[in-house]
Amino acid sequence: MIEVENLPKFYGSVPALSQVNFRVDQGEIVGFLGPNGAGKTTALRILTCFMPPTSGTARVAGLDCQLHSLEVRGKIGYLPENVPLYLDMTTQRFLAFAAAAKSVPRSRLPQELGRVMEICSITAVADRIIGHLSKGFRQRVGIAQALLNDPPILILDEPTIGLDPTQIIEIRSLIKELGKERTIILSSHILPEVSQICQRILIINKGQIVATDTAANLTAQLQQNLHVYLQVEGPKIEVTKKLATLAGVLDVKPADVAGTYLIETARGEDLRPLLARTVVEHGWQLKELKLQDLSLEDIFMQLVTDEESGEEQE
Amino acid sequence: MKGVYTVFRKELYRLFASPIFYVVAFIFLTLVGYFFYSSVAYYSLLSFQAGRDPFLSEQLNLADMVIEPFFGSISIVLLLMVPIITMRLFAEEKKTGTAELLFTYPISDRGAVLGKFSAAISVLLLLLVGTLPAMVLLEVLANPPWPVILGGYLGLFLMSSSFVSLGLFASSLTENQIIAAVTSFGALLLLWIIGWTESLVGPTLGSVLKYISLLTHYDNFAKGILDSRDVIFYLLFILLFLFSTLRILESRQWRG
Repeated sequence: MIEVENLPKFYGSVPALSQVNFRVDQGEIVGFLGPNGAGKTTALRILTCFMPPTSGTARVAGLDCQLHSLEVRGKIGYLPENVPLYLDMTTQRFLAFAAAAKSVPRSRLPQELGRVMEICSITAVADRIIGHLSKGFRQRVGIAQALLNDPPILILDEPTIGLDPTQIIEIRSLIKELGKERTIILSSHILPEVSQICQRILIINKGQIVATDTAANLTAQLQQNLHVYLQVEGPKIEVTKKLATLAGVLDVKPADVAGTYLIETARGEDLRPLLARTVVEHGWQLKELKLQDLSLEDIFMQLVTDEESGEEQE
Repeated sequence: MKGVYTVFRKELYRLFASPIFYVVAFIFLTLVGYFFYSSVAYYSLLSFQAGRDPFLSEQLNLADMVIEPFFGSISIVLLLMVPIITMRLFAEEKKTGTAELLFTYPISDRGAVLGKFSAAISVLLLLLVGTLPAMVLLEVLANPPWPVILGGYLGLFLMSSSFVSLGLFASSLTENQIIAAVTSFGALLLLWIIGWTESLVGPTLGSVLKYISLLTHYDNFAKGILDSRDVIFYLLFILLFLFSTLRILESRQWRG
């Protein structure tokens, strides 16, 4: 559905994107993840034909974004970053304009407006001026305009930024719902969000794609060692020493609270029974014992910092 | 050309939804009303005096004494007002980020430019229609030469469309509305008075300067003379700046 090949983008002499290659297949929900200034928005702007790449090609549904700009734009529903809207228009007027711009035929206009307002639950604010709406409603108006004329591709740039937790949950479930029939690309720097909504994650850092896979695979790939979280009541130094001498334990570190330890063990071995036995045999009180997965945050940090140290080595 | 009508409707709606139009229209009509009153009052005073002086009364006529100064003053007020109407057209879209919305809809750049241009022109047309009651009053009180009036209106319309075209161009250059307004006002004023130095710069350059002056071409219309050269001048002026605006919009495609 979307193919991007060798896509550099320079702002003056500053590179925003280096050689970027990726594909998005029909029906996928893909998340762009990256720290601020990583090039997420730039990549999305290129796909939506707002600006061209410095070289390379971006194709949407087989059409080149530069050569067939109007056709490509017709297939994409786009929610730009920060949701720019015409603040002096009413919701209904604005959506009517957007629908006309997207060539929704006049006869279908009322149904189409009704449909998108229904989906985004903004029917109640149809006659209010957008400038007077709260941030959450504006966000939904922004999503509603992207949905007009039922585009097969949705590109959402930070769709949940600045919303309150309830609204975030609503918007996320809305995106999931929409993603059942459409191809969706969304960008975010909120990691749990991406791992929840998206089937596949593209991690961008400094204009380059650092990793692309499902959240589960990324976790598995990067988690070389297992971590066991242990809470024990007992003399700290003794416990640390004893645990460190056990076979298969690579490292023992104190964790966040006093009496808790983070034990790094080799992959493929479950040391939990051994640890439990050791603790009990020594007469210490075992309070908690669990496997700890690397969170997406950790993976992200690891990728971003690996990247940096890799660059230094070169 | 896709989207001309859509953008036109949106711009017209936004022009009427904002207070700018109403303020501009109020001040425009007040000033124009004042100018009309003063030239008619002066004319009636002169006619009163001319009643005793047959030599003077031969030189008095509505076209020279009322209509021409009236249209002249309208054109100056428009010179001040048009930049205010056009300043937001592109600058605001860039500033608020809605440009990203507009240019990712399947609307061509030409459609956006022509839609905005025609919306601003419609507003001007409405302002000019607002001055018609003055002409109706003349018709009631006297016997005005309608060809001169119609010529004057055509001239005003063409000239103010040129103002709009340049204002639209200035607005596309910046995201700051005040800069857009000042730029277009300055450029229009310069083009307005550039012919004044005609006698100082030598005959060749002088005639060129006189020819590119917006005022020179308007003078004929105000006298009721319809010269195709003047019409073509204004049309070319409009096209030049619409074309330049398009190129500026396209520059986002290659600018770093």
